[in-house]
Amino acid sequence: MSRTLRLGLTLVGAIVLLAVVGPALVGDPDALVARPLEPPSAAHWLGTTGQGQDVLAQLVWGARTTLRVSVLAGAAMVGLGALVGVAGGYLRGGADRVGSLLTQLFLVLPGLPLMVVVAAWLPPGPSTIAVVLALTGWAWNARVLRAATLALRERDFVRAAELAGEPGWRVVALELGPHLLPLLGAALVGATVYALGAQVGLEFLGLGDLDAVTWGTSLYWASNDAALLTGSWWTFVPTGVLVALTGSGLTLIQMGLDELAHPRLRAVREAEARTGRRWTGVTPVLERPRD
Amino acid sequence: MSTLVAVLRRAGFYLLALWAAVTVNFVVPRLMPGDPATALVGRLQGKLDAAALEALRTSFGLSDAPWWRQYLDYLGAVARGDLGVSIAFFPAPVTEVVGGALAWTVLLAGTATLLSFVIGSALGVLVAWRRSGRLDAWLPPLLVLLGAFPYFWLAMLAVHVLGFELGWFPVRHAYDASVSPGWTWAFLASAVRHAVLPALTLVVATVGSWTLGMRSVALGVLGEPWLDHAHARGLPPSRIAWAYVARNALLPQLAGFGMALGYVLGGALLTEVVFAWPGTGHLMLQAVRAQDQALLQGLFLAVSVGVIGANALVDGLTAWLDPRVRRAA
Repeated sequence: MSRTLRLGLTLVGAIVLLAVVGPALVGDPDALVARPLEPPSAAHWLGTTGQGQDVLAQLVWGARTTLRVSVLAGAAMVGLGALVGVAGGYLRGGADRVGSLLTQLFLVLPGLPLMVVVAAWLPPGPSTIAVVLALTGWAWNARVLRAATLALRERDFVRAAELAGEPGWRVVALELGPHLLPLLGAALVGATVYALGAQVGLEFLGLGDLDAVTWGTSLYWASNDAALLTGSWWTFVPTGVLVALTGSGLTLIQMGLDELAHPRLRAVREAEARTGRRWTGVTPVLERPRD
Repeated sequence: MSTLVAVLRRAGFYLLALWAAVTVNFVVPRLMPGDPATALVGRLQGKLDAAALEALRTSFGLSDAPWWRQYLDYLGAVARGDLGVSIAFFPAPVTEVVGGALAWTVLLAGTATLLSFVIGSALGVLVAWRRSGRLDAWLPPLLVLLGAFPYFWLAMLAVHVLGFELGWFPVRHAYDASVSPGWTWAFLASAVRHAVLPALTLVVATVGSWTLGMRSVALGVLGEPWLDHAHARGLPPSRIAWAYVARNALLPQLAGFGMALGYVLGGALLTEVVFAWPGTGHLMLQAVRAQDQALLQGLFLAVSVGVIGANALVDGLTAWLDPRVRRAA
């Protein structure tokens, strides 16, 4: 396992742990426990919000909601993308033309403004955010998965399964599926990162459920309660840092998986081990070691 | 001949995209459950005058005409450049309100995106070339971390530290209240001073994705056999790096440029909200708060037209730069 992958897994693991175990260790995030905008102290490690709630409690409970919505929305994006992309790539013909056209259309329509237009009139709440994200963010996954499916379906083992009379769904599920799995995994990680950012952004604009405790609404309230004007950095700095740590942890996992999938990237490391010096420039062509 | 067909086909696609953007505007407010539009109109009754209420009704499609009639009317109105009347800025027409904001957004997001693309791509080649050096050990993870911060959060931090604590930059709006917009030195200087912080935030937030994208494409290019050949021919390394690797890795980056634009724009809109920058993002927030549907539709349309146009431009540029694209088309 590479250093990148290990670092990413550690980061994400720690934050997931916080979201799962944390809420049992902190108090009620909605309770008004002290005066508004108190700086960090022994009683309230991260100070209080503009309403007098404990920032740490909000952060920990917010992790749970925010991560759940991100993963759900990410999975929905990949699911919808896989449906359009794999079906199009495998069936080709008319279905593919319609699917590709839709994919390209959604790719050029600006994502966040589209989300705002849709979210502005739906009843606010985490599930609305997940639906909006899935509807507006699937296209990139569809494009990647379609390309992979197109390349795979020309391979001999797919042809053999088809000639043996396997029905289409079995070819897709049992022949293409295992080969698409690493790609689906990477897509899920990428989509979760995207969903996290977009969700926090939408909620920051006030389009989430303002009574819910999430990272995005925390930032919305921080900005509404004039955190910047009063210099109350503790109401928004920790939240942003956690968002960034989650996002970068997931991205590092994705990059680490990439390295596993592309052995050519490892040739440099091997060349360095053999020659004992740092490698710059063109990727080396290595002679197979003699036994 | 086939080139002409390909160009026409692309043009047709972009027309279709425009039509889709217009149709989204028409369909979304009519799909909402529980008819929030009627409720809103009812709530505002008495608060707004009759003309504003009528404008609101039209933008929600609260009319007795059949939907296809309304749709044709809407398409006709958009084609004539009539986007209705804004509620938040009543009685200003939406086109006027959006037009002023669009210029500010293009200025901010355009400059920041270009800077970020150039700096990021150059860094990407450098990092890929020295891929086991010290630079590659710490720069990519750092950029991943920076890119993971929400744009608007970086903006908040910049406002807090560089604006309030250190007082180096103005933190609100795009120019001082004491100068009036115009081609005067005082105004331009004020505008530039106001633009530094938001533009810096955007460059910091986006430069990483260009660097990492370029790095990964360049790493792929570095493994190509024709580079082994160039190396064997004894070409100087700097020539291989910039004239061979960078040039080839730039093309996929450029194709990504059009698509990234929509994403960057989304981030820019949020950044504008933090700085109260008088662009489309700030306006969008005002439209949402005032439930100004006509303005929201107008903004979405304007931003869509911008992104679609930029995509078309990038398409043309790619075809011009890459003979393979032309031949495949």
